[in-house]
Amino acid sequence: MEAILSSNLKSGDIQALFVGNVLGDFSEGQGMVQSFAADEIGAKNIPASRFEGACASGTMAIRDAFMWVASGFYDMVIAGGVDTTSKMGTALGTRTFAMFTDGHYEYPSGLTFPGAFGMLTHQYSAKYNIPLARLKHQMALVSVQSHKYGQHNQLGQLRNEITIEDVLNSAMVTSPLQLYDCCPFSDGAAAVVLASEEMAKKLTDKPVYITGIGQASSGRFSSQKEFLPRLRARELSVKQAYDMAGIGPEEVDLCELHDCFSIASIIAAESLGFAEFGHGGELWEKGDADISGRIPINMSGGLKSKGHPIGATGASQVCDIVRQMRGTVEPQRQVDDVRIGLTDTLGGDGIICNLILKRGW
Amino acid sequence: MKPFEYKLTFKDFNASLRKNKLLALTCGSCGKHTCPPKLVCHECGSTDLESTALSGKGKIVTFTVSYVTALGREGEAPVLITMVELEEGPWILGNLVGIDPDRATMEALMGKPVRLARARMLPPDQYSGGKELKGGFARPTFSLD
Ligand SMILES: [Zn+2]
Repeated sequence: MEAILSSNLKSGDIQALFVGNVLGDFSEGQGMVQSFAADEIGAKNIPASRFEGACASGTMAIRDAFMWVASGFYDMVIAGGVDTTSKMGTALGTRTFAMFTDGHYEYPSGLTFPGAFGMLTHQYSAKYNIPLARLKHQMALVSVQSHKYGQHNQLGQLRNEITIEDVLNSAMVTSPLQLYDCCPFSDGAAAVVLASEEMAKKLTDKPVYITGIGQASSGRFSSQKEFLPRLRARELSVKQAYDMAGIGPEEVDLCELHDCFSIASIIAAESLGFAEFGHGGELWEKGDADISGRIPINMSGGLKSKGHPIGATGASQVCDIVRQMRGTVEPQRQVDDVRIGLTDTLGGDGIICNLILKRGW
Repeated sequence: MKPFEYKLTFKDFNASLRKNKLLALTCGSCGKHTCPPKLVCHECGSTDLESTALSGKGKIVTFTVSYVTALGREGEAPVLITMVELEEGPWILGNLVGIDPDRATMEALMGKPVRLARARMLPPDQYSGGKELKGGFARPTFSLD
């Protein structure tokens, strides 16, 4: 509703709704949220669609909404996501998140989401010959930076500052990942209005354009053997987005990437083109990923501090970059002069969706 | 045209693994193996596939010890999960037994040879796809060679 009102629109102006929602069935006993959401906001009877791609769902919803508007089929839609996964508690939460692994061939061995990233951490350490102690230190730096900025995010979940020692002394979740390497279960929602260029210019003097989109998928964890610890889907998806926008990674001013686990940030930063493979952790060691660094990453606090309400996560990344461009985030985490932003969302260990946003003024 | 069928169903793969025999699909086009099975060859996409048995030997690609387990599996923690590169090429996710999970370090495990051990089982839960799974899931289980 905030998205509609702050765009100076009425609910009746919205022609269609696209929503990412993953676990509403389990957390709220509520399916078909798209239809009820449309009715709640007063956009009665409009076509409404739900997207499920685990944690990438919100970005998938926005990508699809973009394609419909870009095609001319609609000129004013709303897209976003919602989930309330903390309501399930850790046991059911872990069970439902593990549904995004291969339920027949991989879940029986005990594979969970953090488990997959624990395995990637060991593999990464061995493959790039980075001693585990150094890699763990780099990973701790990722979490510390997320909290450093996330503590200022009024909409964030874990708003406390943490230290490297806090991370390295936290409980072991799945080796070598400790509690503070992991994002929390979260409740949240986010939405954006997507309008045709002509309409957008009438609504605001600060329009933000989507100039590039990408999406790709993968099979079960073991079937990604040719690429791990790299995630092939991300490389394909972000290339689509960069090519469409006609830019490269060096032109991105701000990135919100999918830091479900600290190692995930390092792996993502490499595939997005911000560092050579095996050198992603140096972005945090050298301050390149910091607020005045070469490529500021996760100034919202990321999934780690801001939170990870899975279906909403991608939409919240978009909202935060739009606010950064408009200069309306809290001053402690405001990046100067953001013209181009990149979002990166990962569902399970295999669906990736990327969006490139461009300041329109 | 007769309906397209799986050459190696989950049901058959699971029943065989339960008897400690690891099945795969061998490709008539490229000669490579797909395991666990898929509808087509993992390597070349061909549907010219035949079910065959693998040696069960391989080496550890990576591992994790999970202390947080899912609903209904609380008693399993800590569980040692490993990715094994099989001698014949495919990677398969499974468990490693015969070592104390708390002593599982990179030095002790990475790259080490393993072989198929007696399959551990996982009873189905309410999200496991109904009654098809009588007796539960056989888990690919390995021990250090
Ligand atoms: Zn083949």
